[in-house]
Amino acid sequence: MTWDWNAVGDFMPHFRDGLLVTLKALALGSVISFTLGLVWALLMRAPTRWVRWPVGVVTEFVRDTPLLVQLFFLFYVLPEWNITFSALTTGVIAIGLHYSTYTMQVYRAGIEGVPAGQWEAATALGLPVRRTWTAVILPQAVRRVVPALGNYVIAMLKDTPMLMTVTVLEMLGEARLYSQQHFQFTEPLTVIGVAFILISYPASLLLRALERRLVR
Amino acid sequence: MTSGLWELVLKGVWVTVQLLFFSALLAGAMSFLAGIARTSRRWIVRFLAGFYTEVFRGTSALIMIFWVYFVLPLAFGWQLVPLWAGTLALGLTYGAYGSEIVRGALNAVDPAQREGGIALSFTPWQRMRLILLPQAVPEMIPPFSNLLVELLKGTALVSVMGMGDLTFSANLVRLALQQSAEVYTYVLLIYFVIAFLLTRLMRGLEKRLRAGVGKEPERGTAAREPKRPGTAAVGAGAGATAGGGAS
Repeated sequence: MTWDWNAVGDFMPHFRDGLLVTLKALALGSVISFTLGLVWALLMRAPTRWVRWPVGVVTEFVRDTPLLVQLFFLFYVLPEWNITFSALTTGVIAIGLHYSTYTMQVYRAGIEGVPAGQWEAATALGLPVRRTWTAVILPQAVRRVVPALGNYVIAMLKDTPMLMTVTVLEMLGEARLYSQQHFQFTEPLTVIGVAFILISYPASLLLRALERRLVR
Repeated sequence: MTSGLWELVLKGVWVTVQLLFFSALLAGAMSFLAGIARTSRRWIVRFLAGFYTEVFRGTSALIMIFWVYFVLPLAFGWQLVPLWAGTLALGLTYGAYGSEIVRGALNAVDPAQREGGIALSFTPWQRMRLILLPQAVPEMIPPFSNLLVELLKGTALVSVMGMGDLTFSANLVRLALQQSAEVYTYVLLIYFVIAFLLTRLMRGLEKRLRAGVGKEPERGTAAREPKRPGTAAVGAGAGATAGGGAS
């Protein structure tokens, strides 16, 4: 195998474009999964099982089926229903929806982790339900779940290459395009592989440090 | 769908199941190999195992699949049969996640058990085989069950390389019928059923293994916990802090 540094240099502008798209997808996917996950977690605490049961079944189903197929589903089926989004938007929705079923579990653990005394104190003070959640329970729960949510951000980063399959030119998409045009596979694929490690490994170290500070 | 198209889908299911079986075997072997190596006393063994884990966890499974398909043939001059290429990429990637499970479970065994083995002058291998593993393995089953579902979902990625698994054959059927919603709904249901069977199987296995070391099966295991192995500990940590906060 010959390693061609020129190819690495040539690939760099494409790599930068791809990296930006990857980070954009990651940021938007995170926002969707964080908010939607909280919604699921709160719905799972609804007083009636007519809400809990369907939410439980749907999220379990989404969690246990491949993201890739869900991505295809949205990409090909939404236009059939006359809903058209760009490929990137569709991809972000798929990732956000898929990971919301994971973050939901994290929020649930966080909410259940708030000591019962806090609930009782809120009741004793006569706080309305809304205030109990916004002023007492959620601030404590969210602080606890930050590191676990961070882990899912890293997991999401590692799933963004799937967007390539629906024509989004993120890092892997750019690498594939470049390698097909120049018939050089080794360099671009290795560059993006190393880039993934360079992002995800420091991020996981950072999270471990954060975890030590926040979760005591 | 006509019966011919169903046959195509069933062929895809068979490829997916084969790929799942072989890559699960490889991932299991790598998990134990790297997980045990990370508890070694020699730093070089620990370092190599840690390096393997970080590299394969740090990159994406899809990138690994591309690497195995396109770079390995150039580097070594041989091309793997698609099934083995997929097995290699998936097995090594998910083995890296699994090694953390093995390491965590081994560390969780009461230190007195290991000391007891030393006092009885067992060799390190005997301690591992007769004392540590029998107690650690039942603890590994719930996270391994989650990982197995992750691996099942990961097998869909090989369809990108044109390997005729369930997702790939579904795409062919979609192109033939132009009924995306129907086809993909069936496919998602098939994956869900396979995942459901896997978790049931693992729960049965856990029950037997725990009974073997005289423990009750844990309640509400497997599918109820966060799935990514790295996060399970954090999720548990968030829950575990509850007791501390109350006091």
